[in-house]
Amino acid sequence: MGLLSLAIWLPIAFGVVLLAIGRDEHANVVRWIALIGAIVSFIVTLPLISHFDIATAAFQFTEDLPWIERFNVHYKLGVDGISVWFVLLTAFMTVVVVVSAWEVITERVNQYMGAFLILSGVMVGVFSALDGLLFYVFFEATLIPMYIIIGVWGGPRRVYAAFKFFLYTLLGSLLMLIALMYLYYKSGGSFDILTWHKLPIAAHAQTLLFFAFFAAFAVKVPMWPVHTWLPDAHVEAPTGGSVVLAAIMLKLGAYGFLRFSLPIVPDASQQWAGFIIAISLVAVVYIGLVALVQRDMKKLVAYSSIAHMGFVTLGFFIFNPLGVAGGIVQMISHGFVSGAMFLCIGVLYDRVHSREIASYGGVVNTMPKFATFAVLFAMANCGLPGTSGFAGEWMVILGAVGTNFWIGLLAATTLVFGAAYTLWMVKRVYFGDVANEDVRALKDINAREFVMLGVLAIAVIWMGVYPKPFTDVMQVSVAELLKHVAVSKLN
Amino acid sequence: MNNFSWIAIYPEIVLLVATCVIAIADLFVTDAQRRVTYVLTLLTLVIVGGMHLVYFRGGDTLYAMQRMVVSDPMGHLLAFFACAAVFVTVVYARPYVAERDMLKGEFFTLSLFSLLGISAMMSANNMLVVYLGLELMTLSTYALVALRRDHAVSTEAAMKYFVLGALSSGFLLYGMSMMYGATGSLDLGEVFRAIGTGVPNKQVLVFGVVFIVAGVAFKLGVAPFHMWIPDVYQGAPTAVTLLIAGAPKLAAFAIAIRLLVEGMLGLAVDWQQMLIVLAIASLVIGNFAAVAQTNLKRMLAYSTIAQIAFVVLGLTPTVVSGNTFSAANGYSSAMFYMVAYVLTTLGSFGVIMILARNGSEAEEIADLRGLNQRSPLLAAIMAVFMFSLAGIPPTVGFYAKFAVLQSLVSTNVYGYQLLAVVAVLLSVIGAFYYLRVVKTMYFEAPPEGSAPVSAPADVNALLAFNGAAVLGLGLLPGGLMTACVTAIRVALAT
Repeated sequence: MGLLSLAIWLPIAFGVVLLAIGRDEHANVVRWIALIGAIVSFIVTLPLISHFDIATAAFQFTEDLPWIERFNVHYKLGVDGISVWFVLLTAFMTVVVVVSAWEVITERVNQYMGAFLILSGVMVGVFSALDGLLFYVFFEATLIPMYIIIGVWGGPRRVYAAFKFFLYTLLGSLLMLIALMYLYYKSGGSFDILTWHKLPIAAHAQTLLFFAFFAAFAVKVPMWPVHTWLPDAHVEAPTGGSVVLAAIMLKLGAYGFLRFSLPIVPDASQQWAGFIIAISLVAVVYIGLVALVQRDMKKLVAYSSIAHMGFVTLGFFIFNPLGVAGGIVQMISHGFVSGAMFLCIGVLYDRVHSREIASYGGVVNTMPKFATFAVLFAMANCGLPGTSGFAGEWMVILGAVGTNFWIGLLAATTLVFGAAYTLWMVKRVYFGDVANEDVRALKDINAREFVMLGVLAIAVIWMGVYPKPFTDVMQVSVAELLKHVAVSKLN
Repeated sequence: MNNFSWIAIYPEIVLLVATCVIAIADLFVTDAQRRVTYVLTLLTLVIVGGMHLVYFRGGDTLYAMQRMVVSDPMGHLLAFFACAAVFVTVVYARPYVAERDMLKGEFFTLSLFSLLGISAMMSANNMLVVYLGLELMTLSTYALVALRRDHAVSTEAAMKYFVLGALSSGFLLYGMSMMYGATGSLDLGEVFRAIGTGVPNKQVLVFGVVFIVAGVAFKLGVAPFHMWIPDVYQGAPTAVTLLIAGAPKLAAFAIAIRLLVEGMLGLAVDWQQMLIVLAIASLVIGNFAAVAQTNLKRMLAYSTIAQIAFVVLGLTPTVVSGNTFSAANGYSSAMFYMVAYVLTTLGSFGVIMILARNGSEAEEIADLRGLNQRSPLLAAIMAVFMFSLAGIPPTVGFYAKFAVLQSLVSTNVYGYQLLAVVAVLLSVIGAFYYLRVVKTMYFEAPPEGSAPVSAPADVNALLAFNGAAVLGLGLLPGGLMTACVTAIRVALAT
């Protein structure tokens, strides 16, 4: 069994075991098994990066088995410089999520932990699938655990949010399914993504395919104007759900653009790049303004996620190495930062049971250690140099300016808006005098929470100060991708 | 070739003899010893199912009884699944019917007789045999629906079922007589050849096809011939609903292939158009009506209409622009869909029956509230079924939808591709009501004072196996797909 298979099936196996053994009487056993499962699953992904050959754009750690012979579907896995970090990110965030739920989730612990572990394996599958149908199966299968997570452990409007999340994304991805079938037919009966990359397709078909992929990925990213499910899902999901949603699930969509839209339909991508850039800028500017007026912290971070993901898609569709690499760096960074911000909100929520900004004030007085972390992550969220948020945004803005000054200028407004909504929230929640009795009664974070936020803080600073390991890994693959996109596939 | 190749119909003979034996043996057992009948029935089903499987493995095509019946892989594969479906039904149903004082010999013998009818339909090579099998099957199921004769709803359902069923049989028979009039033969092979010559009057032929399609559509339960489905599904005792929803659907599929493809492929252009209209109508009516239901059985009934629409869709993209290049692709996809659908439906009704304990029914969706807390295993199994019906991977339902849609897209005809898009969009609506069931089980608290659910070990085990099959075929659907393709290829080649 290859490393990637292990990375996929190990957490799923642990998840299934958890589902099977579960009763809340031995919740602690469940928690420890979940933690061990998550850590082991993370450890098996480490060789992926330590043995990664950064000199080649070819896929590495590949596995290829016939799966459904009737349709020539293969169980084909592999990672390149674009996807390898996301495999690690997924496994890493799962550990964080398991830790974050430790004392917080007390009901049906086994199902909660099991759902997250299974989800983790499935998402690794999305990032490493090299077969169109396999990709789709993993892509869709993520919906089931997330639906359950939001619906069972979520807030008061969880049912609405869970349905909206599920149906919205399902609609988008079904259109992609049709596109995959069309490619299968066009390529003479192959689901191999790499074969599709070489397939010549007529302009008309490219446009249709482009929008079919767009339907799936834009909903997932989410891009304006199909973003409305995200604030609902984030607000209602339990902390772990929000973390995984923001840190990894949104990346599935952005990753889809890189793996499918750009290389398979390059001409349509070029043709419609203006459109994508335009709606990405709307996300950056307009959603940034929307975030400014939010009263609910989770909603604010949710909107901030949409704005940041707008940055990612912007970077992809300006078609230069800096922009694409910047977009990917931004994805990884956003994984850490948004995850951390949701965890911070979770920490406060566990104590006060409110997500309203107005319920807080002066938290720094009672929770100094926590406030330090929270402010750090907030700074990263607005892209302060020295944090991970800076590297990606800087690269994308540079890339955009290189293409068109005005796009660069509009994109750069995110630095202003991002700072505005994030810092204003920080000011109202953490600084000032202690606002009420709830805040006065707050206890600072315990060792578990300290470790959980600490590792994320290290990741955020490391990526901000020394992003080279990240960019080095992706460089060759990005260059190869762009070379591919530059060549017309019309015939 | 020997015209009486008895070997071709050994499974049916065994089934007939065993059924008669069971009917007689049952006279000598008291209610308390009814287990004997039960075990004998299961034994019969295992043996007959095993025989069908062996025949399928053999892969030979054999005509028997002066070409009245044919023994081919498709018939045997479908018959094997029909046996499995009845087996599962009987196991799921035993505690349910026992509680309602319906555990009489009739339940078993009528089930077996309906299976015999199904078997005959599946191996028919002659329109009259199709009709005979159909009547044997439906007459048995009419009686089964009315088994609780002091129960008003069941009686009403039986009445409706009987009247509409008789009407549809009439349609079918009328259509067959038209075909006979035009081609001069009831033998499906002869009819096929006669149509191929172009000699028979085209108008009469098309007229006949219309009635045959209507008759088959009745049995499949696609709109606008679907009216009986919701009432019968809801009104019949759940055990009988399970019987109607399972094996007979496979039989309806079999006669669709036998009549329309093996008999009238030459008229495909005509019946394909009709089927497309029926399929779209079913998708719309089934999905939208199911959303509005609060009764679980009724919801599943409407969802059946929408599900079968996909099977019908799979029958349409097969003769495209005059060539049958993609025929095997489409038919085998439809067959796979049907098997997947039956597998899933059996399980969902099985869960409903387990919940309907102690004399009370659990027919409302609300009765599933908090099932996850009452029985996590049962809730998980039901969730798998619901996701499968909604077509979410990794369940078998996804590959079923995938196979059918793929056969539409691969035609490279714009209209069919558009059809695939429409079907996909409508199935998103379908996802909504299946998700609602999952929501009720997982997101809502159980009602006050509800006891944990318990079921006999055999039912539990089989249900778990059923759920595992739906999930397992979702992870590794290759084998069943290949089997369906083999079966259809052989059927088309002869």
